Amino acid sequence: MSPATQTSMTSASTTHIHEIYIKAEPGAIWDALTKPEWTARYGYRGMSEYELKAGGKFTCKANAQMRSYGLPEVVVDGEVIEANPPFKLVQTYRFLFNEAHVKEGFSRITWEVVPTEGGFCRLTVTHEIADTASMMKGAVTSKFSTDGGGGWNWILSDLKSLLETGKSMS
Amino acid sequence: MRSDDLVFKALGDSSRRFLLDLLHKRDGQTLGELEWELEMTRFGVMKHLKVLEEAGLVITRREGREKLHFLNAVPIRLIHDRWIDKFKERELSALVDLKKSLENAKCPPQRKRA
Repeated sequence: MSPATQTSMTSASTTHIHEIYIKAEPGAIWDALTKPEWTARYGYRGMSEYELKAGGKFTCKANAQMRSYGLPEVVVDGEVIEANPPFKLVQTYRFLFNEAHVKEGFSRITWEVVPTEGGFCRLTVTHEIADTASMMKGAVTSKFSTDGGGGWNWILSDLKSLLETGKSMS
Repeated sequence: MRSDDLVFKALGDSSRRFLLDLLHKRDGQTLGELEWELEMTRFGVMKHLKVLEEAGLVITRREGREKLHFLNAVPIRLIHDRWIDKFKERELSALVDLKKSLENAKCPPQRKRA
């Protein structure tokens, strides 16, 4: 696999910021973001695996449903730039659905977990996407529909449901 | 005030909804850029942005000397999940389709969900 350090963010990029308050411990949120048994339970339900150190590998494996759509075994890849469990994770992120997605190259995601009052944590997801990566941009800002899609708003809302009630939405 | 109340209050004003539309079109704008689009004093725009920020609908980041404003639609999504899902989205969307087709007779009703 080509090294994720070669980010393709050479030209202009757009930053998207998403923030949500979740009633859970920082460690529980961290696990839900970085462990495959958790990521398989909300959002698009891929299985994310991280080598949690600078330069470590990130992959998200397709679940059975994704495979049945003809998606590859690894649907997203990237590299860990900074890992400070359970508070901060910086990584690159690239879709591998097909060649056109691969060509768009890597975007960059920063996850921040900050404990706030009342047992809540603020989870902030900052996604920097090159302006040329139109498919990545479309995917993460999309609205929920039955034929896939939903974007960060939906993923984070589902994550909150899972952590607070033990059940995801769908 | 509860977070839901803050979001509903923030959305209950056309200027504030317009500001969200502007950020939806292009994220990360400065006060100056947003102010340009509204027929309102700088102070007025600042006040509206503050309400949006308190509701978590707008997040600000400093970049050098500039303060950039970003749309955070997650609270709207949560209201959607809490209120729309609960009250049977399917039937509601059928009514919305009916309204649209009645208001615009050229379009036949479209059922997005089976």
